[in-house]
Amino acid sequence: MKGLVARRRNPIVASLLLLVALLGVGGVYAVATTAAPAEAVATSDQTAIDEGKRLYLEGCSSCHGLDSQGTSNGPTLIGVGAAAVHFQVSTGRMPMAAPGAQAPAKPADYTEEEISQMAAYIASLGPGPAIPTAEQLDYSSADVAEGGVLFRINCAQCHQAAGGGGALTDGKHAPSLMSATPQEIYEAMLTGPQNMPVFGDGTLTVEDKQAIIAYVMDLQEAPSPGGLSLGRLGPVAEGLFLWAGVMAAFVGLAVWIGIRAR
Amino acid sequence: MSDLTTRDSASTPDHGHGDVPADDLARPLYRGPGGLPAADVPHRPRRSDIDPKAARRVERQVAALFLVSMLMVVLFVAAYVAIDPQAEIYIPLFGEVGFQNFALGLTFGLGVFCIGAGAIQWAKKLMPDVEVVQERHSLASTPHEDVEAAEQYERGKEESGFAQYKIIRRTLIAALALFPIPLVVLLRDLWTPKNGSFGPSPVELLSETAWTTDMPIVTDGTYVKLRPEDIPVGGLVSALPENIMEIQEEEHNLNARGKAAIILVRMEPDEIRAQQGDGWDYQGILAYSKICTHVGCPIALYEHRTHHLLCPCHQSTFDLADAGNVVFGPAARRMPQLPIGVDEEGFLVAKAPFAEPVGPSFWERG
Repeated sequence: MKGLVARRRNPIVASLLLLVALLGVGGVYAVATTAAPAEAVATSDQTAIDEGKRLYLEGCSSCHGLDSQGTSNGPTLIGVGAAAVHFQVSTGRMPMAAPGAQAPAKPADYTEEEISQMAAYIASLGPGPAIPTAEQLDYSSADVAEGGVLFRINCAQCHQAAGGGGALTDGKHAPSLMSATPQEIYEAMLTGPQNMPVFGDGTLTVEDKQAIIAYVMDLQEAPSPGGLSLGRLGPVAEGLFLWAGVMAAFVGLAVWIGIRAR
Repeated sequence: MSDLTTRDSASTPDHGHGDVPADDLARPLYRGPGGLPAADVPHRPRRSDIDPKAARRVERQVAALFLVSMLMVVLFVAAYVAIDPQAEIYIPLFGEVGFQNFALGLTFGLGVFCIGAGAIQWAKKLMPDVEVVQERHSLASTPHEDVEAAEQYERGKEESGFAQYKIIRRTLIAALALFPIPLVVLLRDLWTPKNGSFGPSPVELLSETAWTTDMPIVTDGTYVKLRPEDIPVGGLVSALPENIMEIQEEEHNLNARGKAAIILVRMEPDEIRAQQGDGWDYQGILAYSKICTHVGCPIALYEHRTHHLLCPCHQSTFDLADAGNVVFGPAARRMPQLPIGVDEEGFLVAKAPFAEPVGPSFWERG
C-alpha cells in the first residue's frame, strides 16, 4: 500500500486512470444505449380503438392535441397511420421524455398490446400506412446485393453506407441501424419518422424495401473481425483512434522508458 | 569512448586520441545552455543498487517477462493450429470478435511486448545508471578553416572558368531562368477563355446535361418511370434521365450520370416559398440537382420537416422550400432547379434542361 501511495504521482498512473475512466464511460454508454425491440400484433376492433383513445388522451394528447389535430408542441396525427404509431412508440421515441431537436430511441413505455390499441385509434382517424404484414416483412428471398445498391442510393447519405448513422443539422441525427428490426426499418421507410423523408411504395416497391431490409440485416450480422468497429465510420474514425488512442499509449510507454528508476 | 566521461573520471578527461587535429583539442569544451552539468548532480542510487534482494527481484521480473514472451509464442502457434477461424468470442467493450484473429493478435503482441518490456526493465534497474556528460566542441569554424574554404571557392571559380567563359555563364543563367516556364504554363488549365480553342470550358461542360425538354424522369437504381402519385408528401427520390444508361454505355464513363443526378422532393404546395422559375414544381414536387454547388459531393440528406438539404462533405445547407438558396456553409451558389411537369401518359418529365450550370464551383463562377 505504501508503494502505491508513493507511486501515485507517477505520470503513468494519470494516463492509466484516464484510460480506465474513458473505457468505463464508453462501456456504460454502450450498455445503456442497447434496447430490445419486440413483435407487433395488429388489432382493429372497436374495443381496441376505445382503449387506444384512452391511452392516447393519457399519454399523447398534451402535445398532439385532444383531437390529434396537433399543437405547437407536436404535429397532427390524423393520417399518419398505424405504422407511424408502432414505429414511434415501440422504439420508445414517443412519448418524448423532454422537448428537444429529435426524439431519441429508448426502452418502450407501452406494451405491444397497448401500442396496437393506440395504433388502431390513430388509424381510425384517417387513412394512413398500416403496420406491415408478416408477408411484407419476409425478406428471406430478397436480393441482398440489390438491397445494397438501393441502400447506397436512398439511405446511405444519412445512415452511412454501413448503417452506422450520422449527424444532421441543429442537433438532429440519423440513428444507427445496427439494432433496428425489419419491422422498424419497413415502418420508417413507409412513414418518414421525424425528419426522415418518406419512401413510399411507388418509388421503393415492397420488393425493394425487402431487399433494403435484407441488406441492413446482412450488415447487422456482418462480423467485425478486428473487434472494434468504431462506429463503422471507416478510415476517419480508425485514423483518429490510432492517433488519439494508440499514439497516447505509445507516449505513455515512452514516458515509462524515460522515467528514472528508483 | 573518449567523449563519454563518467562522473568518476570527469575531472581528468582523456584526450589521448592521435587522429584528432591538435587545434580542435585546443578549443574550449562547450558548457553553455543545454549542456549537462558535469559534476554537480547528486547521484541517487536505485533500490536494486543497494539492496541485493531488490536486484534479484528485478532479475526475476525480467526473466519472467522473457518467459511470458516464450509462452505467448507457444500459445500463438497453438491458436493458429487449434482455433476454428470462423469461431467468435465475446470480449467486453470489444463485442463479438473473431476468436482466432483476437488470439493471434493478443499472443503475438504480448510476445513482442514482453521482450521489449523485459529489456527496458533490465536496462533501467540493473544496468549502470551513473550520470554521464557528453562533451562537445563549439560549432564555429576556426579562422584557419574559413581561409581554407575561401581558397577552395576561388580555386573552383578559376578551374571551372566560370568567370572566364562569358557566353557559357550567360546561357546557363538564361537556361535556368527559363526552366520553370513549363510549370507555369500548366497553370493555364485553371483559366479557360469563353470560346476557347482548348476544348469546352467548365461553364460549357457543366451547362449541358442529359436533361432535355420532355425527358422522362426515372428512379436511380431501379430505373422506372415515375408518376406524381408515387411520391408522397415528405418523400424523397433520387432520380436520373431515362436515357442515362444508353449515354453511359456510349461514353464509357459516368460523367453524364454525375451531372444529371437529381433529387425529387414533395411538400405541400403552400409550403413552397420560392422557386427558381414560375411553376417549375408539379403539385408540390420539386426537382433539384443532386450535386453540391461547393465542390460537387452528391447530396441527399434531406430533412423533410425543415426542407433543408445538407451536404455531408462540408455542411453546406440549402433550403429547398426557398428556391434552393444556401442557408449555411461554404457553398456560394444556390442548388440548380429542374423544371418538371407530366407528359400525356401522366409520367413525370423535365420541362426544360437546367437553366444554370450544375455541379461544383469554378473560376468564372464563385
